[in-house]
Amino acid sequence: MSNHVFVIAEHIKGKFDDITFEMLGKGKELASSLGGELVAVLIGNNVKSMAAQLSAASKVICVESPQLENFSPEAHSKTVSAVVNAHKPKLVMTGYTSMGMEIGPAVSVDNSMSLVSFVSNVTASGGSVTAVSRLYGGKINVESQLEGEGFIVGMLPGSSPADLGRAAGTPSIEDFAAPDLSNLSIKFRQLIEPEDGDVDITTQDILVSVGRGIQSDENLPIVNELAAKLGGAVSCSRPLVDSKWMSKTRQVGKSGLKVKPKLYLALGISGAPEHIEGMKDAGLIIAVNSDPKAPIFDYAQYGVVGDIFDIIPALTGKL
Amino acid sequence: MIETREIYRHFPFVLEIIFYIVAFATIGFFIYGFYLKYKKYKRGRDAGRFDNLLTRFLKAAAIMAKNSTVFKRDKFAGFAHWLIFWGFVVLFIGTVIVAMDYDFLRHLNVQLLKGKFYLIFSFTLDIFGLFFLIGLVMMMARRASKPPQLDYTRNDLQAEHYSRKGYAIDDKIFLWLLFLIGATGFFIEGIRIAADRPPFEVWSPVGWALADVSDKLGLTSNANNVHVYMWWVHAILVMFFIAYIPYSKAMHMLIDYANLMFKDEMAAKRLPRVSEEKMKDGMGYNAIVDFTWKELLDFDACTKCGRCHQVCPARTAGTVLSPRDLILDLRTHADITIGKSEWLTQSFLDQKKEPKNIAGDLISKDVLWSCTTCMACVEVCPVGIEHLTSIVNLRRSLVERGNMEPMLQDTLSKIGEYGNSFGQSEKKRADWTKGLEFKIKDVRKEEAEYLWFVGDYASYDARINGLSKKVAAVLQKIGLDYGILYDGEKNSGNDVRRVGEEGLYEMLVEDNMKTFGKSKFKKIFTTDPHSYNTIKNEYPDYGGNYEIEHYTGLLLRLFNEGKLKFTKKLAYKVTYHDPCYLGRYNGEVDAPRKLMKAMGIELQDMPRCKENSFCCGAGGGRIWMDDSKMKERPSENRIREALTLGPDVKYFIVACPKDFAMFGDAVKTSGNEGKLEVKDIIQLVEEAIG
Amino acid sequence: MNIIVPIKQVPDLVEELEIDSSGKSLDQSSLKMKLSEFDDHALEEALILKEESGATVTAIAFDSEDVDKILFTAAAKGADKIIKVTGLENPSSHQAAQALAQVIKAMPHDLVMTGVQAVDDRDGQLAVLLAHYLGVPHVSVVTSVKVNGQNAVVSKEYGAGLVAEYEVKLPMVVGVQAARQSPRYVPVAKVRQTMKTATLEEVAATNITASTGSSIKKVSKPESGAGAEMIEGSAEEQASKIIQLLKDKGIK
Repeated sequence: MSNHVFVIAEHIKGKFDDITFEMLGKGKELASSLGGELVAVLIGNNVKSMAAQLSAASKVICVESPQLENFSPEAHSKTVSAVVNAHKPKLVMTGYTSMGMEIGPAVSVDNSMSLVSFVSNVTASGGSVTAVSRLYGGKINVESQLEGEGFIVGMLPGSSPADLGRAAGTPSIEDFAAPDLSNLSIKFRQLIEPEDGDVDITTQDILVSVGRGIQSDENLPIVNELAAKLGGAVSCSRPLVDSKWMSKTRQVGKSGLKVKPKLYLALGISGAPEHIEGMKDAGLIIAVNSDPKAPIFDYAQYGVVGDIFDIIPALTGKL
Repeated sequence: MIETREIYRHFPFVLEIIFYIVAFATIGFFIYGFYLKYKKYKRGRDAGRFDNLLTRFLKAAAIMAKNSTVFKRDKFAGFAHWLIFWGFVVLFIGTVIVAMDYDFLRHLNVQLLKGKFYLIFSFTLDIFGLFFLIGLVMMMARRASKPPQLDYTRNDLQAEHYSRKGYAIDDKIFLWLLFLIGATGFFIEGIRIAADRPPFEVWSPVGWALADVSDKLGLTSNANNVHVYMWWVHAILVMFFIAYIPYSKAMHMLIDYANLMFKDEMAAKRLPRVSEEKMKDGMGYNAIVDFTWKELLDFDACTKCGRCHQVCPARTAGTVLSPRDLILDLRTHADITIGKSEWLTQSFLDQKKEPKNIAGDLISKDVLWSCTTCMACVEVCPVGIEHLTSIVNLRRSLVERGNMEPMLQDTLSKIGEYGNSFGQSEKKRADWTKGLEFKIKDVRKEEAEYLWFVGDYASYDARINGLSKKVAAVLQKIGLDYGILYDGEKNSGNDVRRVGEEGLYEMLVEDNMKTFGKSKFKKIFTTDPHSYNTIKNEYPDYGGNYEIEHYTGLLLRLFNEGKLKFTKKLAYKVTYHDPCYLGRYNGEVDAPRKLMKAMGIELQDMPRCKENSFCCGAGGGRIWMDDSKMKERPSENRIREALTLGPDVKYFIVACPKDFAMFGDAVKTSGNEGKLEVKDIIQLVEEAIG
Repeated sequence: MNIIVPIKQVPDLVEELEIDSSGKSLDQSSLKMKLSEFDDHALEEALILKEESGATVTAIAFDSEDVDKILFTAAAKGADKIIKVTGLENPSSHQAAQALAQVIKAMPHDLVMTGVQAVDDRDGQLAVLLAHYLGVPHVSVVTSVKVNGQNAVVSKEYGAGLVAEYEVKLPMVVGVQAARQSPRYVPVAKVRQTMKTATLEEVAATNITASTGSSIKKVSKPESGAGAEMIEGSAEEQASKIIQLLKDKGIK
């Protein structure tokens, strides 16, 4: 058992996701508290050239195999389990992301390690590690004391700055032989790109974003009207896409798009962690919600407690 | 000379025999057609309705005698129909007397038709025969003017997918046949009088005048021959007509009496419960055998007068629903599957292939979901058709199969989960009371004279619960002893039931009644006409008998008792929108008007008012469905109507929370902000008490 | 084909969540429980598969207050079998996974479908944990499942609308993000009818050794509105202030 902190790097189509750097930044701080090293685990096929980008880590463990060309819930979790089993780090950080969700629990069972998910913050002192989970749609914070030998945390994207993880450095690169990946049950078939043709909300300066508070798709015209007056586009949170009221291309958040507009006007969005991760980097966030306790107000610079059906027409009328 | 006439005048005996043979064959045809109908209705499920038969019979007779339902809101058609109806009835009675006299009494050496009686008989028949023809000519002129309600164009189908030719031809046959029967009748009378000129026949004024015409035209010289030919023409027309009755719209003469007689006075106001036995094969209607005999009778009763088509807010809004087409489609389907009697209409209709589901395939789900359950169709129908009951029964089947739009589905889930359509916490139901300076009694804990049933919209909707505060403030000022149920109240279920979610409705009724039972109050009042309807008319079916008032009724009573005093005269000119569930459903049209009068307000009614009020479009669960695809929302249509009253009318007064929301929006969306302001009557009361 | 759908109840977030006096858990008496919406989607996707190609769908849940209702509702929607696992109250994700693995191993199973996550999953997501206890492959964040003989084709979502398609040998566990259509509505009468006719099987969980691997130190509500400056006034005033703000910031 070491005191090292392992970060499972996430990348797709040759690019690291922000979560990787967010974890490296946080991991660096934790590694120094725990008196260990920060190690990045890079998995793929012909990915060694990307290792230099993980400069905040003191070491990059690189696992390469043709079977790891594309992310596979099975091959990748097997590989991480093998790496963890071989090195026995104190703390493994995965993203609470589509990829990380497949790895964390798998490694937890394979290596009998404690697991905490929905994590927004991790602190370590005197060898003991505490993780804060944002549970119940971000309405409750739960602080967990990790027990046992090794721990895994599933980090919510956007919970710490990515810049810290981009610190310069020259990590050593260590190859690790991939475990036996023959006889896999999961076969990758293809990546399907989102359909084009709609407004690209990631390039908009102004987004008027609506959530469950809109109640019905028939109320969308007033939102469209406001967006048009503001010279922006309409985006939304997941429930509206699930209800087929808006297309997937308009969805902000975890399973949708990450946006960085100058203005993000959140209307009737409560602010579940999955949504927050898609919009927290917007320049100016103004939130309107009828519930004064809505988590969205934690992230907005300005908040209005009120009925969106009063505010929307009032705004439209004044523009 | 004895005043009488010869029956088979100048007839050889053989012809007389032939006549009787043809007459019997005709009657055979008629009876067979009637038997087919009987068989059809016999297939229907039980509908009850055999209580108070005499009262039912007399009530229907009174309606028929006055033609009151036809007169309603269409004096021209009503008058024409009255002329035809009474003309027909009197001519029919006349014919019966002739038949009795000749075929029966003659053999007993008795003759009624002679002397003074003959003269009275002749005179009466002539006058009513004239009425008959005038009425028919009026109807012909009316059809020629192409009134919109007689346009058979469908909203839901492209022209190539249906045909109304059968109906259109039937309409013409019916009208012309009656006209020709009447006209030939007079013709033979005229020619008969012309032949002999018995002076007493001046008592047949029309016949006498036609005899003069005959003289002028030179027909009189050959009168006896012409008479025989024309007699046969007349007789053949009559016999054709008799045979034709059960297979055509002429059947309405017989069926509609029955339909009016068996009408449920509470139709639509109190929807039928689903019996345990029916529940086994589903709570809704999805096959023709699910309908009751009365509903099957409803379908045949339709005369296609188009009044329901005309008043229907869903049809006006450009949706695919027309109550007329819905009833006619069900009729055709019933005919094809179990009736096999309406040859004329069937052969011309583009029949859909045997539908799998009646609810959803034969009658499309869009048609069924378009209904606002405003009850205008049921109210206006001259022949007692209960469209709404059939619509809800079909909706029940759609709900059963989850065939509804996501928003409605979501709302029903919310009502099931939280007892309100807003999907908000039950605990927050009375949050609107928080800003009040006084505390409203909790009738679950404290006794009060009145229980105020607040309803979902007045509790949760931020636009409307301000009105609830005003009601509370006014009642506080009056000193009324009342309380509310706080978080114990649930959606009353009125619209849940009309959506067709009967199980959820029953659950809500049970829950509310349980809370009522544990609470201490004497009477209920409500600000919500929808809750008012179901608690008043439907809760009794579940053993819940409560005395309930709408707040306008309550306030008027308090005013009359001197407890509510208006200190300020309001010199406003306003118009008032009767909520469907208050005015049309429950006949309460006076209280709000009297209340406004007492405040000094000048009320100018819109053309469609009181029982004929035009729906805001929110009822029957429509408020939980998409209305963005309508040509013009009913609420916007209504605002346009209010604006025709002129710029002096500043306020559009409502007495229903849903109306406040719907019309408030409609004023904005129709671009009439500033021209008309929507106010609840409580806002006026608050102002008037100073 | 046999589809097993583990479902669970979670606190309804519509209600105010209260923390009990120990400061280490939610005040249970203030909670209103409802079916986790992701599980609802998992059940829906399973029922769609059943309608498409025929399958026996079994819904399974841990015993807790009112859990019967969600199981009967699942049956009313079309689940063929409903099972209640007794002897384990409020299990952690690890405990639930181990117990469910025991139960599911004892019955035929081709597809196990459950919600991708639940709002109270502190120690990880059931789908992946369960797959590892069962020793079968898993794919999470799935929005579509198609079965093709002994294989399933599943669509896994990444951010930005990017989707990866996998072919997986059955049996497998799927963590469902969203079904192809909104979960169906089931009329109340049908649920009531089902309560009278359907049988609720019970299976006891035994020898559960898995632990959470962590203990709760503190439960708290995040400082609300910490970041935001609140704009007060009537709707009209608020709108004016917002527009002024946009002008000040040079956005409009």
